[in-house]
Amino acid sequence: MNSIVLTLKESPTVPLEAECLSPDVFAPLRRDEIAALPVFLGKHQHRLDDFFTVEGDGGDEMEIRGDVGRVKWIGRGMTRGKIRIVGNAGMHLGASMKGGSIEVTGDAGDWVGAEMTGGSIHIRGNAGGQLGAAYRGSLSGMNGGTILVEGSAGMEIGMRMKRGILAVKGPVRDFAGLQMKGGSLFLLGGAELRTGAWMIRGTIVCGKPIPLLPTFSHACTYSPTFLRLYDRRLHERGFSLPHRLGEGGYRRYSGDSAVPGKGELLIWQPSAGAPG
Amino acid sequence: MLRITGGRVYDPANNINGEIKDICISDGRIVSDVEGGRTIDATGTIVFPGGVDVHTHVAGAALNFARAMIPEDHRRSAPMLRTAHRRGGIGGSTPTTFVTGYLYAGMGWTTVNEAAVPILSARHTHEELRDTPIVDKTCCVLMANNEILLDLLEAGEIERARHVAAWQIWAAKAYGVKAVNPGGVAAWKWGKDAKGLFEPVPGYDKVTPAKIIAALAGIVDGLGLPHPLHLHCNNLGAPGNYNTTLETMKVLEGNRAHLAHLQYHAYGGDDWFTMKSESAKIADAFNANKNLTTDAGAVLFGDTVTITADGPWQHLLYKLTGRKWGNLDVENETGCGIVPYTYKEKNLVNAVQWAVGLELLLLIDDPWRIYLTTDHPNGAAFWRYPEIIHLLMNADFRREQLKALAPKALKRILLPELDREYTLFEIAIITSAGPARSLGLPHKGHLGIGADADVAIFNDTPDVQRMFAYPRYVIKGGEVVLEEGEIRNVVEGRGYVVHPSYDEKVEDYIRPLFQQYYTMSFENYPVEVERLENPHINSCKSEG
Repeated sequence: MNSIVLTLKESPTVPLEAECLSPDVFAPLRRDEIAALPVFLGKHQHRLDDFFTVEGDGGDEMEIRGDVGRVKWIGRGMTRGKIRIVGNAGMHLGASMKGGSIEVTGDAGDWVGAEMTGGSIHIRGNAGGQLGAAYRGSLSGMNGGTILVEGSAGMEIGMRMKRGILAVKGPVRDFAGLQMKGGSLFLLGGAELRTGAWMIRGTIVCGKPIPLLPTFSHACTYSPTFLRLYDRRLHERGFSLPHRLGEGGYRRYSGDSAVPGKGELLIWQPSAGAPG
Repeated sequence: MLRITGGRVYDPANNINGEIKDICISDGRIVSDVEGGRTIDATGTIVFPGGVDVHTHVAGAALNFARAMIPEDHRRSAPMLRTAHRRGGIGGSTPTTFVTGYLYAGMGWTTVNEAAVPILSARHTHEELRDTPIVDKTCCVLMANNEILLDLLEAGEIERARHVAAWQIWAAKAYGVKAVNPGGVAAWKWGKDAKGLFEPVPGYDKVTPAKIIAALAGIVDGLGLPHPLHLHCNNLGAPGNYNTTLETMKVLEGNRAHLAHLQYHAYGGDDWFTMKSESAKIADAFNANKNLTTDAGAVLFGDTVTITADGPWQHLLYKLTGRKWGNLDVENETGCGIVPYTYKEKNLVNAVQWAVGLELLLLIDDPWRIYLTTDHPNGAAFWRYPEIIHLLMNADFRREQLKALAPKALKRILLPELDREYTLFEIAIITSAGPARSLGLPHKGHLGIGADADVAIFNDTPDVQRMFAYPRYVIKGGEVVLEEGEIRNVVEGRGYVVHPSYDEKVEDYIRPLFQQYYTMSFENYPVEVERLENPHINSCKSEG
């Protein structure tokens, strides 16, 4: 399978909009055609090779090298193939993506996987806010697919998400799962304020104690069987849920009764003496 | 000078039904003959008078509020990029001002009536209408919940109310008078609604919705306005509301009225689960009341945003949908609510609404009295009119569409039994000749000598929807604005205004009320006529 390597020449002074960086666009093109693809710096149109050196030919695989933290919309709406970013990635990475996979070795910006419906995104470093979220005004955010973040994440992650899996190893900030409509949100490193505010349905699993809204009420403490299925799948990607019997259980809270919603918050509670 | 030759002409006002004849244009008007100038070979095309939209919402504070509320719709809609001839903008449920003009003209519509303008935001409305190019504009000022007028009705001072109303019409630089949920929006300020036509409006002892309707219809006719009272009846959208609509027809007692978006007022049943079409009863009563005109307010399935001065209804709709809700309180004059909405085939209520709009268009026997609208953007965006034309002209296509509905819905509607198919002649009536007549614009909606040269030329193909969506040529005021499917010449439209006569001393009555109750100073209130582009003022005397 052909693959193409793009290396950033110099970080742009203002964000570069590069919706063309997608296997769907690259696949049928020769190297010279790829080099001529349009990108936008502010309101000015440029060629892709004004900013990147292009090696290899079009194919389903793409590697982007260098700090592309100021390059927006990489993998927007992609349906297939693979993007590997060696370095940091900019805002709207994989927004509206439908399939394929994206891996980032560094950090990523805001709105990663916003309104995505399929595929997977794996961030080795930290991510910004609004992961898998709905854009302003939209009824629903991510509707399928997987987003995994090994570091921390920002505000409003999983906002209005409807389906799919979003897991963050490190801590996340306020309003995780805001107005969540479905899907599964794993906050293994805990969260700051107002987690699950206005959630209607869906599951938020917390690996650490978090401050709770008063509109969530305690239902029971148990070890849901379905979490083992999630654990098996996430374990393959290097994410583990604290779920083993005997080591503790999950306190289940339902809410947000301010909406009123039927969502659930599952907060891991280790048994006394068990390793936290 | 321009000659359109070889086209099949549909000009119902002059009883021309598909005759091949030349249309000659000089100085923006239709003339009997021209020497020289450009000739458009219209062989194989059909020639219509430019479309006239009797009820639409394309400018003003409420529409702008809606625009701001639906960024998700703007993202979905394809941008209209700037060309050498036109500005950029976006379409969707609430197109931007310039794009509104391009889209209307782009389907051959050349006159629009903005149907709901509070005086307090009339200046804003006129500024936006000025930025809506090509089409000619009229607008209707909201009155049925204006507290100064309601107080006069309470006191029985009908004569003074007439002068105040006339002053207000001129202050808003309006063309007609709109009544929305008479009394209901005033009641909404107390958290209530006006559901019974004969029950006093909250806050008043004697004023009832029926009195407001009768008084305003009388005032409009007494002032000799070219367009009758433009009436949005009480209980819009509610199951069982057809009774209110029938009662309203009686209350009008022979006064002229235009019943806006009749589809939303023709439901039977007791609640959302039993809601059904009562279009047959409404159509029968309407057919018998020759004093009335109406527009369909048809619904098409898909996403849109609902905007109306009917504040209480919009609050109910928000409660039903759980989606976004915007509410505006326009001081002493009216209110407004905004809720984004999606009409779905499988939803029983939506299926009934979709059917009722079409049923009314098919059951009302006189096309001169019912006009094509979607109450843009409430039922669907105006640029979807060609879809409705297709549904009206092709009964087989309608039957095909019925298959998408929930089977339960078929028992609640009459549409499966209706075989009527509109002819091109009738389409020309409901899209142009009829609404122009109802608006009282004698130079619009026809192609006779002396008419404004607003002409739409369509390719004559069996694909009706495509044909009416993409005209071959559009001519506005004698200028060719669209050629080969592309806007190539953007002209300015006109603003039609009425100036009914009133006693100047009425200002002495209004000024102190104003200083007491309004946030705006009296001097800043009336819109200057200079705000309008190409104002055409009708003093209401010749018609009166």
